[in-house]
Amino acid sequence: MSFADQGRKAYLVEASEILDQAEETLLKLEKKPEDSELLNRFFRSMHTIKGSGAMFGFDEIALFTHEVETFMDKVREGAIRLNTELVDLLFQSRDLIRDMLKEEGTNRGERARDIVSALQKHLPRDEITQESSGPAIQADAVMETEPLRIFRIKFRPGENIFFTGANPFGLLQELLEMAAGRKPGDQDDTGPVLCRIVARTDHLPALQDLNPELCCTWWDIILTTARDENAIRDVFIFVEDDAELVVETLSESEQIGTERTQKKLGEILVHRGVLTPQDIEEVLQQQEKIGQLLVRTGKVSSQEVASALAEQELSGQVSSLEKAKTKVQSSIRVDSEKLDKLVDLVGELVIAQSRLNQVAGHLDSSELIALAEEMERLSDSLRDNTMTMRMLPIGITFNKFSRLVRDLSRELGKEIRLTAEGGETELDKTVIERLNDPLVHLLRNSIDHGIEDPEARIAAGKPREGNIVLTAAHGSGEVIIRIKDDGKGLDSKKIREKAVSKGIVSPDAEMTEQQLHELIFAPGFSTATKVTGVSGRGVGMDVVKRGIDELRGGISLESKKGRGTAITMKLPLTLAIIDGLQVDVGAESFIIPLSNVEECIELRHTGEKREAKSIVNLRGEVVPYVRLVDWFGLKEQGLAIEQIVIMNISKHRVGLVVDKVVGQHQTVIKSLGRVYGNVRGVSGATVNGDGSMSLILDVSALVEDSAKDA
Amino acid sequence: MVQAADGKDALQQLSGPVDMIITDLNMPNMDGLELIRQVRAMPSFKFTPIIMLTTESQAGKKQEGKQAGATGWIVKPFKPEQLLGVVKKVLG
Repeated sequence: MSFADQGRKAYLVEASEILDQAEETLLKLEKKPEDSELLNRFFRSMHTIKGSGAMFGFDEIALFTHEVETFMDKVREGAIRLNTELVDLLFQSRDLIRDMLKEEGTNRGERARDIVSALQKHLPRDEITQESSGPAIQADAVMETEPLRIFRIKFRPGENIFFTGANPFGLLQELLEMAAGRKPGDQDDTGPVLCRIVARTDHLPALQDLNPELCCTWWDIILTTARDENAIRDVFIFVEDDAELVVETLSESEQIGTERTQKKLGEILVHRGVLTPQDIEEVLQQQEKIGQLLVRTGKVSSQEVASALAEQELSGQVSSLEKAKTKVQSSIRVDSEKLDKLVDLVGELVIAQSRLNQVAGHLDSSELIALAEEMERLSDSLRDNTMTMRMLPIGITFNKFSRLVRDLSRELGKEIRLTAEGGETELDKTVIERLNDPLVHLLRNSIDHGIEDPEARIAAGKPREGNIVLTAAHGSGEVIIRIKDDGKGLDSKKIREKAVSKGIVSPDAEMTEQQLHELIFAPGFSTATKVTGVSGRGVGMDVVKRGIDELRGGISLESKKGRGTAITMKLPLTLAIIDGLQVDVGAESFIIPLSNVEECIELRHTGEKREAKSIVNLRGEVVPYVRLVDWFGLKEQGLAIEQIVIMNISKHRVGLVVDKVVGQHQTVIKSLGRVYGNVRGVSGATVNGDGSMSLILDVSALVEDSAKDA
Repeated sequence: MVQAADGKDALQQLSGPVDMIITDLNMPNMDGLELIRQVRAMPSFKFTPIIMLTTESQAGKKQEGKQAGATGWIVKPFKPEQLLGVVKKVLG
């Protein structure tokens, strides 16, 4: 691959990531059209796409994006105010750029012209002619990576500050807003607030002498910011004449990390001139916490210590922030195919490893066994590391849904807010990709059938705006994803009627509410009487369920009429390797996914005829079982004692009768290929340690089929 | 928003509580400095922020204004954003 090709490829990947971010930004801009930070972010996205696009010869994109950028520049300057119509146009622009990148869609040229002329209608008249001459390469006006600096600020206002109408609190607030890192009131960030303010009340007079109209408090502020000293002094411009104001630079972040910057408390106090090094020595000998000690010995006040501690903490946070930055910078982009290949190889290695273990056991050579054990440790950690490489935060998918919800709810005239939680939860890349369609379907269902029209909601005493909450979380080796809406919930009566009319259940079947609800997962079921463009095409929830089953996951549902519906999905972390229980049936061996298995019990035969299907009494509970020998048509071994593997499948216990339970193994899943891909009851295959092969059972399909035959 | 023609007018109009006062310095009848002094002397406006508009950025005028009790100042001519900035600063 030539250098230019590599560049183009990298551009395509990067640009689509930037477009995803741009979409997210637009969604926020729609709610806060005046937010200059968001406007800048969108502008920068367009700028980057244009600049790199021109560099790698994507002229179509560069030309079009240039127009959008020009427009955004005017918005940024405040010459144009964004409204819904304009945000819509920006959404369209973003979609068009995506189509251009993927070379999809028709009439791209025409669409571009339409959007550009619509945008230009909003430009101030004189701007149009001189600007639209083609992409110009210009320096990015927005500086992104100013070095962070830590300032120590002492602000001691004059006693009479209140009489000038000044408000010290406002000034402190202003400083807080200058701090790098999380801003107070930010929701979507969990970073530290890089500003510490310590109120100094050491010189407060006793209560009887206190004049509340005089200001006797002062403040020590440790501020980490990308701004310079002048900006800080500007904050105090109106009060600095009558106040004692000291602004000192402690460090620039460029030095952080190269040397030890996190000063000890004593060093800070000495540097401030509050203490001499001898004082420190003196108290250090008593081996107590230095802060407490200093206060107790009367060297400094407790607030002086608090203030110095704040400084120490903050410089520590900044250096870890810097470290995080370098960590991000050192990541590299790897083609996901290469990762897949790596996972395959690791799988092979795990198999070879278990063969090595067996051989070592047979040869009975302690040297070889030691070596095999060492190899096993290495291959285990190699496997774990490789798996984590494939992990992606599910937030990527969640972000796409905001757009879906926005567009759909508008189309249907509903007002819906989507909240996503736990976007940082990590899942295997393949799982995330294959989860997309089921999630889209569920969301569409919630929007179309779940959430009511604003009028109907108000009539039902609910807020106009419907809520859909999307959450992801880790739980016992699985990832749990939940979609919850506060819509009208499922109508059990309707479901029953529909199920009866479709012949899914018999009219006299007695079913609990929950069982009725779960009928919507049955094939060929769709309650929407009207087929809309959104959902209700008859390929409803059963498709979702099958999608989740294929991922070896589970799906369940809770619904309350008038209150809403929640759908919960449990998914495995990875698809490549599972814990499996190896069992022998006839001359064959099979793998049962361990996550389904509850226990193993014995089945004793005392001469009666062996039934292909029967029931067993498990501590008073009636559990049906299937004999795999009969199911697969294998040769009967005629053992007096067979084993039943008891499994729990969608809250029901069933047993599989096997000849022998071999044991628990790490199972590397190999797909069966196109020809055997659709065989019911088998989901894949694996290679055993001795080189033989086992089929992996698709237990839920197997149980479903045998229930049908009954 | 209460508007006044000059210092005297302002004093008369100032009846209820206000969030802040913006005043020019050079005005007929009663100038800005005097207005600030008188307003500050009224108990209910003891702590009210007062911004003065100065034509020249001379330190002397500013100092006088500060002594009279002004909270801050803006040097004329100014852009709307500057005014907004100062208002935001003073009101917090």
